[in-house]
Amino acid sequence: MTTATRTASAPPPVDTAPKKVRRRNAALGLLAWLAGILFVLPVLWMALTSLHSEADAATNPPSLAAPLTLDGYREFFGAGGGPSPWFSLANSLTASVVSTVCVLLLALPAAYALSIRPVKKWTDVLFFFLSTKMLPIVAGLLPIYLFAKNSGMLDNIWLLVILYTSMNLPIAVWMMQSFLAEIPTALIEAAQIDGARLPMILTRVVAPIAMPGIAATSLICFIFSWNEMLFARVLTGVIAQTAPVFLTGFITSQGLFLAKVCAASLVISLPVLAAGFAAQDKLVQGLSLGAVK
Amino acid sequence: MTDTETDSGTGTGTGTATSAATPPGSPGGSTAQSAPAGAPPAKLRAWVTRAPLLPALVFLIIVTQLPMVATLVISVFDWNALYPEARSFAGLANYGEVLSDPELRKSVITTILLTVTVVLVSLVLGMLLALLLDRRFRGRGAVRTMLIAPFLLVPVAAALLWKHVLYNPEYGLFNGVLHWIFGDGAPQPEWVPEMPLGAVEASLVWQWTPFMMLILLAGLQSRPQDAVEAAWLDGASAWQVFRYITLPHLRRYLELGALLGTVYIVQNFDAVFTITSGGLGTANLPYTIYETFYQGHEYGLASAAGVLVVIGSIVIATFALRVVSSLFREEARS
Repeated sequence: MTTATRTASAPPPVDTAPKKVRRRNAALGLLAWLAGILFVLPVLWMALTSLHSEADAATNPPSLAAPLTLDGYREFFGAGGGPSPWFSLANSLTASVVSTVCVLLLALPAAYALSIRPVKKWTDVLFFFLSTKMLPIVAGLLPIYLFAKNSGMLDNIWLLVILYTSMNLPIAVWMMQSFLAEIPTALIEAAQIDGARLPMILTRVVAPIAMPGIAATSLICFIFSWNEMLFARVLTGVIAQTAPVFLTGFITSQGLFLAKVCAASLVISLPVLAAGFAAQDKLVQGLSLGAVK
Repeated sequence: MTDTETDSGTGTGTGTATSAATPPGSPGGSTAQSAPAGAPPAKLRAWVTRAPLLPALVFLIIVTQLPMVATLVISVFDWNALYPEARSFAGLANYGEVLSDPELRKSVITTILLTVTVVLVSLVLGMLLALLLDRRFRGRGAVRTMLIAPFLLVPVAAALLWKHVLYNPEYGLFNGVLHWIFGDGAPQPEWVPEMPLGAVEASLVWQWTPFMMLILLAGLQSRPQDAVEAAWLDGASAWQVFRYITLPHLRRYLELGALLGTVYIVQNFDAVFTITSGGLGTANLPYTIYETFYQGHEYGLASAAGVLVVIGSIVIATFALRVVSSLFREEARS
């Protein structure tokens, strides 16, 4: 019933609408397209520039139809003798993937205790998790730096794994809580009566149903860890350098390097673009900390 | 057989529910199942319920709350890392210095300006885009995907894109387009030096508008359709529908977008660090604190500034949490 009214209503009835309304709708659709193109244009321009030679990339007015080449990408991957990005990409991958796995291992049981079999005052606990996310990272940076320095953890990727886990844990608990709350309790009770214990219930009953939610949560945690720069910049140096820190090497311009910058930015953003488009529908939910579905 | 199973299922179900909801030791909880080995059953069961929560809670408290306490402690010391022997208790002197240092005070104002501008502009743009997308037209999914793209660039990469590819006065796209349009005599402004804060703000607005659009679009799509339809039938104009139905409904989502945007953008470090390196009056608080401790080695001072940022964030966060919790409760009711 609701769907029926929805289809009929959203724009005022199309078939009976006068020409003026139809023309207005077409114009607004066109406007939306223009806005979309305007927003995506810098990204497309970056992609095009990354495929030009350095000489063609830095012309004014810009050369649209210059011949395409992969030199920018070859340069970025170290063909020209610059520092190789492979180590920082591997570091980013380690930090993001391992911290995401840690987040899930901690968040899944916690979300269970906040939704399926809730502890007392579970909303208070949930909001405590959220409140830690609102404190600025920079305020805790110095003690973490001093701790790392004194315990020999500076320039160690595992320190970043721990920090990224704590950074994403609140978001993950919120998202998982809202996903788990949708699982029918009767199902879990039935498993309990069959004598299943908690680990069994989590892996055999809860996890399969919550899988899409778990996937979305992982993608969001992955994106945030992959993007993070302040911790990485302060706490890593040569060995544990991550991809965004590698990018900061391009901040001061150095002769003709535009194609290389574009190639680097695109390659390093690629995992986030892929994860983001894959989780498009869940993106809002993750970013709004589960407040918007 | 199935009958008894469902029966006992619901039976224990209510049992656990009461034990979770009532204080330990209350009759409802302890009568449902008697403990096998004499241990106080309700208390034990409460701990069993809490157990899955504890690893996450303990981990989070250690990693996020302890450093804050340490920051608070360091903030009352006069401590420069270059002169470690001269470390001494300073009371609230660091706070006095932070509040009277013109540079730090300026970074407070910069932070506020940057945050307010970016949040408001991206909120308005995000709302216009959400309204455009909340209708059926050809290629709607494609347009949505295009609009999200800026948000999915690594923040440092997006800042590099604006700094080198768009703003560069010699070969950047902006001046290139001006050259295209106006020919050889075209104005070729130096974008970043001429409007440093505006340059940072523009890049952030570009990245954050999609975020606002997504939140507001979710809001628009949860709008009660029957009210809108009734208004159409009563001959309301598009503006009246927007003003009296859509906008009131969106209010909570606008607040949520504004507050979350504020929480994220107050903390922004990447754009300021990349586009201007904190120069030309664009240093915001995170950048200034980073510089005070990383380059200035003024540990006490940086911590005092950090504590002040935390206090400011708590004020914003209180409002943010209130909005989140009202949306949360509304959803729990429905």
